[in-house]
Parts: sequence; C-alpha cells; structure tokens
Amino acid sequence: MSKLIADTTKLFAIAANVNDPEIPVLSIADLGILREVTLDDDGQVQVVITPTYSGCPAMDVITEDLHRVFEQAGYNKVDIKLVLTPAWSTDWMSEEGKKKLEEYGIAPPTGRGHAGRITLGMSVKCPRCHSLNTRELARFASTSCKALYTCKDCLEPFDYFKVLS
Amino acid sequence: MKHEELDAALDSFGDALASATRVTPGNALRPEDIAVDGVAPSDEVAQYALTLGDDALILAQRLAHWISRAPELEEDVAMGNIALDILGHARSFLTYAGLAWDKSEDDLAYWREEEEFTSLWIVEQPNGHFGVTIIRQLIVSIYQHLLYQKLATSQDETLAAIAAKAVKEVDYHRDHAIQWTIRLGQGTEESAQKMRHALEILWPYVDEMFRDEPVHQNLESIAVLPSSLRNAWQEEISAVLAEAGLEIPATGQAMAFGRRGEHSEHLGYLLAEMQVLARKHPGASW
Repeated sequence: MSKLIADTTKLFAIAANVNDPEIPVLSIADLGILREVTLDDDGQVQVVITPTYSGCPAMDVITEDLHRVFEQAGYNKVDIKLVLTPAWSTDWMSEEGKKKLEEYGIAPPTGRGHAGRITLGMSVKCPRCHSLNTRELARFASTSCKALYTCKDCLEPFDYFKVLS
Repeated sequence: MKHEELDAALDSFGDALASATRVTPGNALRPEDIAVDGVAPSDEVAQYALTLGDDALILAQRLAHWISRAPELEEDVAMGNIALDILGHARSFLTYAGLAWDKSEDDLAYWREEEEFTSLWIVEQPNGHFGVTIIRQLIVSIYQHLLYQKLATSQDETLAAIAAKAVKEVDYHRDHAIQWTIRLGQGTEESAQKMRHALEILWPYVDEMFRDEPVHQNLESIAVLPSSLRNAWQEEISAVLAEAGLEIPATGQAMAFGRRGEHSEHLGYLLAEMQVLARKHPGASW
C-alpha cells in the first residue's frame, strides 16, 4: 500500500471519530455525512461533508468537532467543504449504523419512502419490543430527519429515522 | 445605514464576516462554503437566486411564528421542522446570490429595506387561523415542489444542487399540507367553512406566482419560467381540493408585484420583527 493511500485511510478514520451531536451513537461515517477525506501536497486536509437536511443545525457542531479531532491528531491545516450534490439519502447509512441506531432506541429507516398519499411502506419495527404493530403519530419529530411513532404492543412512543431517498 | 458603513462597522468588530448565525466566529461552517467550485454567479443569476431566497426566507419567518401556538404539540414540531428546512433553502440561495455582490446571507436578510425584497405576496400574508396557514402551505409547497424539480436540471450547477436537495424536503411539506387540507375539508362544518375562508383570502395571490418577469426570461435554461409550472400546479391542487370537498373560489386577482419590490402592508411588520436584533447589535453572534 502506498503511503498516500495509507494516509487517506487513516485520515478517514480520524474524521469518523466525530459523532452526530443529535444522535451520539452514530459517527458521521455511519450516517453517510462524511464523503471524502484527502491530503493535499502541501499537507492540508480536505474533508467533504454533506448535510442530511438543508436546515440541519448539527452541521456547525460537526465542523467544529472535525477541526478538533484533526488538531488532536496533529493536523492543523484542515479545510472543510460542504457539498449539496448529490443530495444525501438514507441509503447512504451503513448497516452498522442502522444496528447502532436500533440499539439506541431509534427505529432505522426501512424500505422505500411513501408513495404519494397512499403510504405503502414497510412496517416500522419498534426498537424496544421489535413488534411490527406500530403507528405513525406525526411525520415530524425531535429533528427534521425523524418521525414520531408509537408501538401498539408495548405502548411506547419512539423516533423513526425516516426514509429520504 | 449604507452597506459601506455597515461593512466598516463590521470591520470594527475585528471580523469582516461576523455573522448572526455562526456559532463560533471564524470557525463554524457557513453556507458560503456551500459551493460547487465556489464560482460567484453573474449579476442576473444572483438576482434570480435572490427571488428564490426571499420567498423561502419570508415563508420560514411566517411559519416559525407557529412554534408554541399550533393547535397541538405535534403541529408545533411540524411547523418548526418545515420552517427550518425552508430557512435552510433560504440560506443557500441568499449565500449564493451574495457571492455576486460580496454580501453575506445576513447582509441580505437583515440589512435590506422592504422595497429591496423580491418575495411573492403570498408568502408574506399573515398566518391567520390554522386553515389559512395550511392553504398557504398547500399553494406554495405544490408550487415549490414543481419549481425545484425543474430547477434541479438548471445549467447553473449551484442552483441545481440547492434545488435537488430542497425538492426532497418540500415533498414532505407538500404531503403534510395535503393531508391537513383533506382532513379539515372533510372534517366538521366549521373546519370546512374555515378552509373555504382561507381559500378566499389567499387565492388572489396565485397569479403572481406564475408571472414571468425579466429576471426569468433573461436566463434561458438557468431559471425556471414560472408560467411553465401553471398547468401542472392547477391540476395537482384541483385534485387535492376535490378530494377535500373544497372548490376554487371565484375571487379576483390582487395587483401584486413583489418581484419588483412592491409589497403589501404586511411585509414591513414582518421585517421589523425579523431584523430588529441584527440592527440593534450589528455583528453580534451567538
């Protein structure tokens, strides 16, 4: 493995230490926010990230955290670029991320999005008792990326990370 | 205050880019960083981006007012979420427009006068009762959904990127408005009556949304011609209203020229509330 490739893998791993401030069990790599990390010839680290939703307030904190982790690893010149295209999709979330999300009590995105007003999607599984007998209470929840559900078996409300494809 | 004086005032704070929306001066990510190569738009493209940003900014400000006032907690949260998405679109469009004139998103949001705003009249109309807000959302989100779908194929890469991102979110907003329209239209006699009232209040501002102005006509294959959206919009909203048991009201059309800076009496009050903090404490950040 050339030195450059080794460096890039290492740099990506450093950036992946940053977690989403609103879902602290997930790293930005798990979520698919972290797109690319490269090293310029003059030693400048280039990080490319993408927002989940246009108004997501977590992006500011993520940027600060990225500066912090690179500084701790000894890289002082870090350039962070926010790109919008191609737009983020829940398809980019890693399988490991989905597993962590469920353990944390948030139902991971399942299947495809709703089709018009006939909502033909896969059932959302309750992250607590794993029942499929659940109901959407509100499409909007604590953050833009989640919807509020309730489980009709264990009667607990829970967040569902909604599909954005 | 003139822009030159403002720039000088901001410089005196030791940060020419001081922003009211930045968490940590000099560190946090600014929408200025939203860039496809960071190329500044031409003056004409910037004017067009400004119209899109202004529509989004004013609507977001109106919707945010529902937080703590909605009929149920879930609706507070929904309106807050929708307003935040739309504010995100506004920030991207205004930031992009500002690159042409060396202005930040905050310069454009907080330091322009009423007649310098180019937003449509429908977005500045007061929230009214809940039915008025829902009908406005129905009208605007169906419009924006069609608009951003087309804009995503614009030859201007930055506009296309912002639109491709926004269209996914507006899709949710549209669905939200449609579901409420059907629920209230088919609900009680009172809810249906309020929805009819809302349609009568807002329908006069529909024509303005589809009027082609020079800002659109001069940007072939970059800007979306508003008139090109009319048929699809009419078809979609008619189907929703029919399902809700509502009819298009027989009202005339208002003489609305928001794109040229002529506004209804409502915008001044909205701007006064939105701009007061930034103008009282120039360069403040929190």
